[in-house]
Amino acid sequence: MIIGERKPLEEIFDRTASFKKILVLGCETCVAVCLAGGKKEAEETASSISLHRKEESKPVEIKADSIQRQCEYEFVDEIADLVKDYDVVLSMACGVGVQTLAEKLPDKFVLPGLNTQFLGFPLEQGVWMENCQACGNCVLDMTYGICPITRCSKSILNGPCGGSSEGLCEISTQDNEIACGWHLIYERLKVLGKQEYMNEVVPLKDWSSSFHGGPRKIVREDVKIVRGE
Amino acid sequence: MFAGSNLEKVLTNGHFAVTGELGPMMGTDLEECLEHAEHNRNHVDAFNITDNQTAVVRLPSLVTAIRLVDRGMDPIMQMTVRDRNRIMLQSDLLGGASCGVKNFLCIQGDHQLLGSEPQAKGVYDLDSTQLMSTIRKIRDENTFIGGGELQAPLDAFIGGVVNPFADPFEYRVDRLEKKIAAGVNFVQTQCIYDMDRLKEYMKRVVDKGLHEKCYILAGITPLKAVGAAMYMKNNVAGIIIPDEIVKRLKGAKNKEGGVKQEGLKIAIEQIQQCREMEGFHGAHVMAIAWEEKVPEIVEGVGGLLPRPKFDD
Repeated sequence: MIIGERKPLEEIFDRTASFKKILVLGCETCVAVCLAGGKKEAEETASSISLHRKEESKPVEIKADSIQRQCEYEFVDEIADLVKDYDVVLSMACGVGVQTLAEKLPDKFVLPGLNTQFLGFPLEQGVWMENCQACGNCVLDMTYGICPITRCSKSILNGPCGGSSEGLCEISTQDNEIACGWHLIYERLKVLGKQEYMNEVVPLKDWSSSFHGGPRKIVREDVKIVRGE
Repeated sequence: MFAGSNLEKVLTNGHFAVTGELGPMMGTDLEECLEHAEHNRNHVDAFNITDNQTAVVRLPSLVTAIRLVDRGMDPIMQMTVRDRNRIMLQSDLLGGASCGVKNFLCIQGDHQLLGSEPQAKGVYDLDSTQLMSTIRKIRDENTFIGGGELQAPLDAFIGGVVNPFADPFEYRVDRLEKKIAAGVNFVQTQCIYDMDRLKEYMKRVVDKGLHEKCYILAGITPLKAVGAAMYMKNNVAGIIIPDEIVKRLKGAKNKEGGVKQEGLKIAIEQIQQCREMEGFHGAHVMAIAWEEKVPEIVEGVGGLLPRPKFDD
């Protein structure tokens, strides 16, 4: 899922300072599950803004609400009337949600309340870790379930590099231990009897399917709705 | 002969090669670096020019390598994949070769987080193994990655690095084999201090016959101080410094010449041992911030001077 983290409150106070009517809008999908931007977090954020404004003697009209998914038009449509009463929507969704709102609300200010961090999973209560970079050309079939693009700090395809030591990456620190992704892959392939992959020279990756070709788009003719039918 | 560099000639003629290392300056004046090169030019066959080593901004290896060519020395131009995409890597390769650089050493490079610009975006379009295969393709097939043809061919002696002290240890020899498959002609090892582990690594290399497919240079870095040894031991991933080395340095504090002399003595002994060991074709002396000691080390090993000379 998409993992987010609320922006520092000071930053939120600063960016919303000029607005008198604020709607703090949570999203009940990924960011609610990772405890960053659901209804509860939207309410907490609204309370903090309200309190801060009282202290500054600059009262604000503020409401917290949430919708199921800010990343789909049909859910965003539900709040079309509600937003009319506000100057700004502080979206507690990921960047996808913020931009979907902006698309649907062309005359309304939309601000992000979160820093969208990564695609990942909860490692344990209160700890989330990235494990996919959506590179557009999955190699997990070769490494049998551990992503070198994400788990290797250099995203190399022929690893591990010379900085791998005792299972840790060269950027690992005492405070932030980072496993060497290629060491993990090596151990996994060994268990599965597939370590011969480690001996192949893996060819250059086509990054055009990834982060560097403008916004990626998928068109599926088989599921498109043809107007008039 | 792939490129006919001095290093390649030394190695193909069966001599035990000696290479040095130069770190370009962190400003616009390269003089100090060139002075080190002049000081050591009769004691080494080629100079490894680091490429923004430890991810700290410096004069480019490309420019430094060209300046050495101009002075009649043989540079090994390091190329990390950290800071350049495939367009720039190929371009710098052409740039170096067009100015007489013949040895190109492919490395991953220390992660940008460890250097002077920790907020930098790392590139890593290719990895070092892929850079080796790329240079080979350009050299042998006269073709760029994208498929276009070169208007004039590239000569290149392709280098790489291996680290017998990184993990997982049992994979490290396979990794060298993979780099050979990718086209590497010579490799330098990471700084050697743990002789037991090195011996085991080289035994496996020799058992697989890899030393017959690629020239292997032993990486030697003299230790200048106990503090430096402790720092490397505790903070540099992929370097192992056994306690006995630290003990030996500490024990030399009250001896004549002190820790520094002991550090040089250890380096000399290490080169001698590697020379005796099956599989090595030379030594790569990385006297970091201690370049002026290279002649003393090379002389100390015995039997390495004068360095072979070849007619062009």
